[in-house]
Amino acid sequence: MLAIIQRMTTLVASPTTAPAPPRLPGDLAIWFFILAELLAFAVFFAAYAFSRAGNVELFNLYQQTLDRNAGALNTVLLITGSWFVVRAVQAAHRDDRAGVPRNILLGFLCGGGFLIVKVVEYAEKFGAGISMSTNTFYMFYISLTFFHFMHVILGMVILAILWTQARKGVYGSHDAHGLESGAAYWHMVDLLWIVLFPLVYVMR
Amino acid sequence: MIAALKNSAHRAWLVLLVATGITWYLGEVGAAGTWAIVAMLAIAFVKGRLVILDFMELRGAPLMWRVLLEGWLIFVSTLILLAYWMSLK
Repeated sequence: MLAIIQRMTTLVASPTTAPAPPRLPGDLAIWFFILAELLAFAVFFAAYAFSRAGNVELFNLYQQTLDRNAGALNTVLLITGSWFVVRAVQAAHRDDRAGVPRNILLGFLCGGGFLIVKVVEYAEKFGAGISMSTNTFYMFYISLTFFHFMHVILGMVILAILWTQARKGVYGSHDAHGLESGAAYWHMVDLLWIVLFPLVYVMR
Repeated sequence: MIAALKNSAHRAWLVLLVATGITWYLGEVGAAGTWAIVAMLAIAFVKGRLVILDFMELRGAPLMWRVLLEGWLIFVSTLILLAYWMSLK
């Protein structure tokens, strides 16, 4: 009886398309890896927030020395980089063979833009004599953003591999597993920055 | 334009850009204190959720993975909120 009602409601909701069965994009292993990475960053974010609770004046004072425009620009670059990679996955599913490598490359370039902005930002801070040992705020700012920076580089290495594979026409509607796995990792890098940017650059 | 917005990824990208602009603006006007913190965390939560559901494409994934990823976002936001609430006392 319940099954009939469910069937009827789905028919009413979408008369033309049957609901797709639940599906996890990419390989299961990448999702466990992503989960481990997210937990490591959760510890880092919490450490920042609770250390700040004990040094509010210090954190508020030195947070103002950060370049918020650079942080926001980098958010835009990662969001757009993620969007290109989603487009690459969608292109693979509709067998648009040229669209896959093109969008992966555009996503990679957004990552490159992020790295350039970050290096300029670091150069300015290091040039002013700021280091990990300057104070607790800069210790967190440098270690948190650098840990994330390394993840952007790893994400770009993955995108480079996906790009060479995509150029050979490996990904299509028949198989996009590898592409989806790499894409999920790239989106994780984006997700982490979405929390990191307001936390370290803006919230006070 | 309207046809492009039928693609949930395109929609998510637009919302993410606008939301980033709002967080940046709150920083520019020097927003601080309880309401600013809650607003920025709420914006980060909405953004994170869009990335999880529309970029990672977990909207149609087995429930366990949606719960794990969205649960992470709730967990992190709650810890940050708790720490900032402690700092305001």
